[in-house]
Amino acid sequence: MMATTPGGALLVLALTLPAGGMLIAFVLGGRAAERVAIAVLAAGVLVALLIDAAVLRASAPLVYLVGGWPPPLGMTLVADGVSAAMLLTAALVLLATALYGRATQATPPGVTEARAPFAFWCFLLALAAALAAAFLGGDLFNLFVALEMLTFAALALACLEGKPSQFRSELRYLLFALIGSVLYLLGTALLYGNYGTLDIRLLAAARRADLPTLLAGALMTAGLAAKMALFPLHLWLPPAHAGAPPAASALLSGLVVKAAFVLLLRLWFWVLPPIPAAAAAPILAALGAAAILVGSLLALRQARLKLLVAYSTVAQIGYLFLMFPLVLAGDADASSRAWLGGVLQATSHAFAKAAMFLAAGLIAARLGHDRVAELGGAGRAMPKAVIAFGLAGLSLMGIPPSGGFTAKWLLLTSALATGQWWWALVILGGGLLTGGYVYRVLAGSLTAPPADHVVAAPGPAGPQQVALALALVSVALGLLPLASFGLLEIGRPVIGGGR
Amino acid sequence: MTIYGLLGAALVALGLYGLVVQAAVLRKILAFNLLGAGVFLLFGVVARRGAAAGLAADPVPQAMVITGLVVAFAATALAIAMALRMHQITGAATLAEPADE
Amino acid sequence: MILDALIAGLVLVAAGWTLAARDAFAAVIGFVCFGLLLTLAWARLGAVDVALTEAAIGAGATGILLLFAVVRLRGGTEEVAAATPSPPQRIAAGLLAAAIGIALALAVMLLPDPAPSLAAPAMAELPAFGLGNPVAAVLMGYRGLDTLLESVVLVFAVLAIWSMAPDRRWGGVPGPRFPRAEHGPLSLMARLLPPIGIVIGIHLAWAGADAPGGKFQGGTVLAAMWLLAWVAGLAQAPAIASRRLRLVLVAGPLVFLAVGLAGMLVADGFLAYPPAFAKPLIVLIEAAMTLSVAAALALLIAGPPERAA
Repeated sequence: MMATTPGGALLVLALTLPAGGMLIAFVLGGRAAERVAIAVLAAGVLVALLIDAAVLRASAPLVYLVGGWPPPLGMTLVADGVSAAMLLTAALVLLATALYGRATQATPPGVTEARAPFAFWCFLLALAAALAAAFLGGDLFNLFVALEMLTFAALALACLEGKPSQFRSELRYLLFALIGSVLYLLGTALLYGNYGTLDIRLLAAARRADLPTLLAGALMTAGLAAKMALFPLHLWLPPAHAGAPPAASALLSGLVVKAAFVLLLRLWFWVLPPIPAAAAAPILAALGAAAILVGSLLALRQARLKLLVAYSTVAQIGYLFLMFPLVLAGDADASSRAWLGGVLQATSHAFAKAAMFLAAGLIAARLGHDRVAELGGAGRAMPKAVIAFGLAGLSLMGIPPSGGFTAKWLLLTSALATGQWWWALVILGGGLLTGGYVYRVLAGSLTAPPADHVVAAPGPAGPQQVALALALVSVALGLLPLASFGLLEIGRPVIGGGR
Repeated sequence: MTIYGLLGAALVALGLYGLVVQAAVLRKILAFNLLGAGVFLLFGVVARRGAAAGLAADPVPQAMVITGLVVAFAATALAIAMALRMHQITGAATLAEPADE
Repeated sequence: MILDALIAGLVLVAAGWTLAARDAFAAVIGFVCFGLLLTLAWARLGAVDVALTEAAIGAGATGILLLFAVVRLRGGTEEVAAATPSPPQRIAAGLLAAAIGIALALAVMLLPDPAPSLAAPAMAELPAFGLGNPVAAVLMGYRGLDTLLESVVLVFAVLAIWSMAPDRRWGGVPGPRFPRAEHGPLSLMARLLPPIGIVIGIHLAWAGADAPGGKFQGGTVLAAMWLLAWVAGLAQAPAIASRRLRLVLVAGPLVFLAVGLAGMLVADGFLAYPPAFAKPLIVLIEAAMTLSVAAALALLIAGPPERAA
């Protein structure tokens, strides 16, 4: 039976700090909102570190019974290895984006409160709370509410600049996201009707392969795949992410998509029975492979930098789906590697893509445009931003040392070990194509500027440093030895062994 | 019971069809609400089947529907606000790309 | 049985009308009828709290929202026709929707019998809260985190809608200035109904502890009364920069959060209540939440600021 473990109170803090912070920032208004946001997000990094340490020390997931009521009547907050890692990733990326935002979203002097800056800080906090709820939630319906909160926060952040074309892209995103949420909710209705509970761990113990479960699984997978922009449901993502302000794009591509991914993990490895899941997993992976190839090819052809980065997100998300058949293949060692590879791809992509979007935003602001063909002079004008872009690109390509390399290498070796070599080909092909579009941008930036080029005045150094720091983290993840990723193994459901 | 289960399934199908096929944003939002109503109705059927302990229906799915109704309203309000703003700026009432972009 | 079939049939007709009506206004009216008929279905399913919520929020508040929008969102018929998918696409969509509907119907019929249910455990633990309404116990007690999160979502949605205003209108007042109605039915309703409505709303919220009702239903009635007075020009919308307005909006979630955190010190944990004070605390939270929900719903309908303060 479940009980609150020591350290469980930290989970409550991870959720209530940003939620309470948002409410307080909303009331205080104006510049106070910025101060509250930065303080809360900094504290959030601390809480995430403490949670990670506690999970490592206990070698078991942290559990908190909300209200003291054990499931099935009550619900839990659970931090296993994946939750802890994603929480820390989110906390760091959020803080970085907040620091970036200090320069770009400052309330103008002489004004008590301005629309975009005030909204930005409140939205950041709401996003932080929603992400915490999504990573730590132990109940499928609670995760639905978290998913909705996440969608609203992402939407509002993306519309912040109020550009007309953006409203249309974001409306399309909203409709896709709402369909996704409704399909997910439909699945939970079937699951509750079938099992009488929506607690993830209880479902894992009681799951069986009958029509309601399988239909629920299919519906929820479709819904979450729509939210992750899995091919062929990816059309909404590039305009939505590219048209958003850089800080918002960083969060959307880096974190929001990953929350849906964590929910998908919970669904496939805890809730769905292993045998049908193993049978259906290749479909997911095939769509993921298509995403990698199509996304990378489209990225190669983009004329605008931010759209290029957005299509790159579509492609990199595809790698996450390759892990499903590899984990379910039945080979314990390959399974463990694939799991590690998938989660590591999620975390290192979060850092890398956030760095890329922030860098792209800085370059575009300085040059006055983001046309890839005319990036000449960017390298001289903003060396740190271009280096950040390059380092992030290394991680996306899978060049050692980088988190992206370790992730893709783990997936590759797992594919070869389980005899599913075709995924290995996709991974290699994806790496080549990624190299193609990263090279396009870097080569373009390092050429000399055209003669009649007018460059805006340099802005503060802070944002460039933030982008560079994020890119460095993404690379540094590759320098850690594999053993240090033991965190990610904690709480992992062992296929065939049962938990 | 089965009647409401079938009704729920039918509403889901109708709502999904409308959401995909209708061109005007307002009509899509209407269809989304139909879809949501269908899903909630299925929760309601599940609740009714769980009648026990002197209650006419299991209170847990009922609470979920109430939460869901509020969240769906917030989503509708957000979608309407965006659609109105889009219309205010561009004059468009559908999600079609304008010819000049 | 016949009654259920009749209700189900009418609901389907209303749904079909909503989808098929040519004019958007007619579609919205159809939707409101759909919502009201659905309320009957919920009552038949034995879920009275849900029926009340569906009537108040699903049909009522959503209906008002859509009516406000439909007069402004007139799309040209050519634009709509151009964006409508072609017949083959429509058939494909129809087939997909039908397939999902059929699969759903099958799955629902294959659900286990006897159905797993949490009704018994919910009732067994009810005395811990001192509440008489098991749905209220689920919302505020067993699954309090859902309600807390959703109350934060409501505040956030209001802010998100406000943020869609143009920069120069920030801090201003939502909606147009409605002329003060002095004659006619609107003026009569707006003067007679609010006092009654406020009493009903408060009663609904208060009674929710032991009987069907609660903060969402009561809050919606309160919001509706304010909206009536606003549209009749008898009440003015506050500026969104008003600190008092913002305090009212966050009062509910903040009180809930504070009591929840206090529970970590004086009770079993986050969102737990000390047994002796459970009911008074819950009533306190519900009171604050009713106010906040009413404000949030009204503001969600009123929309982003359109006039200078």
